Amino acid sequence: MNGAQAKPGPARHGRPPSGRGLAIQAERLEKRFGGRPALAGADLAVAAGTVCGLLGPNGAGKTTTVRILATLLAPDGGRAWVAGHDVAAEPRLVRRAIALAGQSATVDEDLTGRENLVLLGRLSGLARAAAKARAAELLDAFGLEKAAAGQVKAYSGGMRRRLDLAASLTTSAEVYFLDEPTTGLDPASRAQVHQIIRALAAGGATVLLTTQYLEEADQLADRIAVIDHGTVIAEGTPGQLKAAAGSGTLRIRLADPAQRPLARRTLTGLLRTPVQEEPDPVLLTATVPGARTGQPPSEQAATAVTSLGRAGITVGEFAFGQPSLDEVFLALTSQPASSTQTATKGSS
Amino acid sequence: MTVLTTTDAASETAPPPGLPAGPRPEPPGARAASAAFGWRALLKIKHVPEMLLDVIAIPVVFTLMFTYLFGGALAGSPHRYLQFILPGTLVMAVLLVTMYAGTGLATDRANGITDRFRALPIWRLAPVTGALLGDIARYLLAAGLVVILGLAIGFRPAGGAPGVLAGIGLLLVFALALSFAWATMGLLLRTPQAVMSAATVVLFPLTLASNVFVAPHTMPGWLQAIVAANPVSHLVTAERALLAGHPAAGPTAWVLLATAVLAAVFAPVTARLYNRRR
Repeated sequence: MNGAQAKPGPARHGRPPSGRGLAIQAERLEKRFGGRPALAGADLAVAAGTVCGLLGPNGAGKTTTVRILATLLAPDGGRAWVAGHDVAAEPRLVRRAIALAGQSATVDEDLTGRENLVLLGRLSGLARAAAKARAAELLDAFGLEKAAAGQVKAYSGGMRRRLDLAASLTTSAEVYFLDEPTTGLDPASRAQVHQIIRALAAGGATVLLTTQYLEEADQLADRIAVIDHGTVIAEGTPGQLKAAAGSGTLRIRLADPAQRPLARRTLTGLLRTPVQEEPDPVLLTATVPGARTGQPPSEQAATAVTSLGRAGITVGEFAFGQPSLDEVFLALTSQPASSTQTATKGSS
Repeated sequence: MTVLTTTDAASETAPPPGLPAGPRPEPPGARAASAAFGWRALLKIKHVPEMLLDVIAIPVVFTLMFTYLFGGALAGSPHRYLQFILPGTLVMAVLLVTMYAGTGLATDRANGITDRFRALPIWRLAPVTGALLGDIARYLLAAGLVVILGLAIGFRPAGGAPGVLAGIGLLLVFALALSFAWATMGLLLRTPQAVMSAATVVLFPLTLASNVFVAPHTMPGWLQAIVAANPVSHLVTAERALLAGHPAAGPTAWVLLATAVLAAVFAPVTARLYNRRR
């Protein structure tokens, strides 16, 4: 069953008053759990056929947002529409348009993997034979055919995650809510999930992906909403968010440690920014500022490296990194994201 | 594991396997969804046969213990007492098994699968009605064991096979309605263990302070009043009459009315609680 491109396009239903072409729209969502605010006025707008990355640390409100949009939770304040339907007033129509996977949904541990998928197929409206056939396809696609006859309680964490995702792909949906779908997956499975997310969007579906992996949102999302303490604190393309952070890091390794003081003076003059001498005696790092000259940080960095050569300083190697989303998060919240993992920098 | 191509070029040309294709099917109707959940309930029995331990042990222990422990003292001989106690044992065994209707829902809620079901466009009560199918299997097993064991040790119902079947049928209907009460409790309490404890606290006094073991006229007046008001007494009286082959209209009507009230109250409450968005 590889006909992703032949999937039907996004919704043709009526849209909420203010949201033409939006598959997901949330206005000032509020939710409290026992007095503790989980959402404090979160806004979200996701265009149909795109992947939106909802990025934030643990407890930021990602899962609460997904649960409200998936009709599982009533917000204390605010409104939301999914596939053109009000989640509060028309939950059944919303449920006909969505699929849910990840933290917010799970599988039956007592049943086998195959039985779980057949059950979900039948509950999704497939006839018995079609549900069986679809289960077989999914088991095959997710590398679970060997474990298909075993009870899920014996599955590894990664296998369970794959089954969970497979279950939510039983039938097509206009909007997919994937709540941390790759947490606990090995790199190969993660790559597969990434491929599927891209293909879902290519087929016209909308994907709301929550993740703590900064790289994941960067790679997959058309737009990213950064959520923290129950509000969306920034929204934009990955590029815009990086530009908002407005800097990149230049690292230069010299061939000769004796040239480091000269190199440092030269760089400071060129970049007009502090240059650090690192514990490694040949290493210098500098944060290249953005907007000041109108010249992109990467070009400034390239010019600086060239100038060192002209000044007779031998550069062993250099690297210039776009700001990682982690740095973006730091710039937005002035605190590090919870699952700090330094994104791979572009290198020489 | 399926071999993966991770380059962007590949992902653009060849869609990955497993992707859903074609339009989404129409959601299943109430009956189809309930049937799917019923299938799940039966699969759970198949995969976790330990859960049947109580269902098997309670009828066997009750039938043998009450007959031989009390029979000589209460009725002169176990055989004579068996004719009196067996309908009561039947009721007790099945009613005690009804509490599982609540534990299953509490378990589902605790591990999160309830969310997956609730996000589906299916009839709101389907997960509950489907689970009742598994309950019916358990009730029939418990009832069948009591009757078969009773017959083996000398129970001779005057009503014959029709009387026994009618008795089991009435009991089944009442037990299913009562199941909704435990389902409600399963959605209100946090853990399956709590449901079990609460149901036990309700069921034991209800079954013991009844006419299951002795005729009420031997009891003090205040207890006779309690026993007479106890719904289990009416159920047992109706069962005795059915098994004896001369159905009693009064108690039977009373049981059917109680069944209707239980279902009318607790089925909607269960549906509401199951789908409450919090």
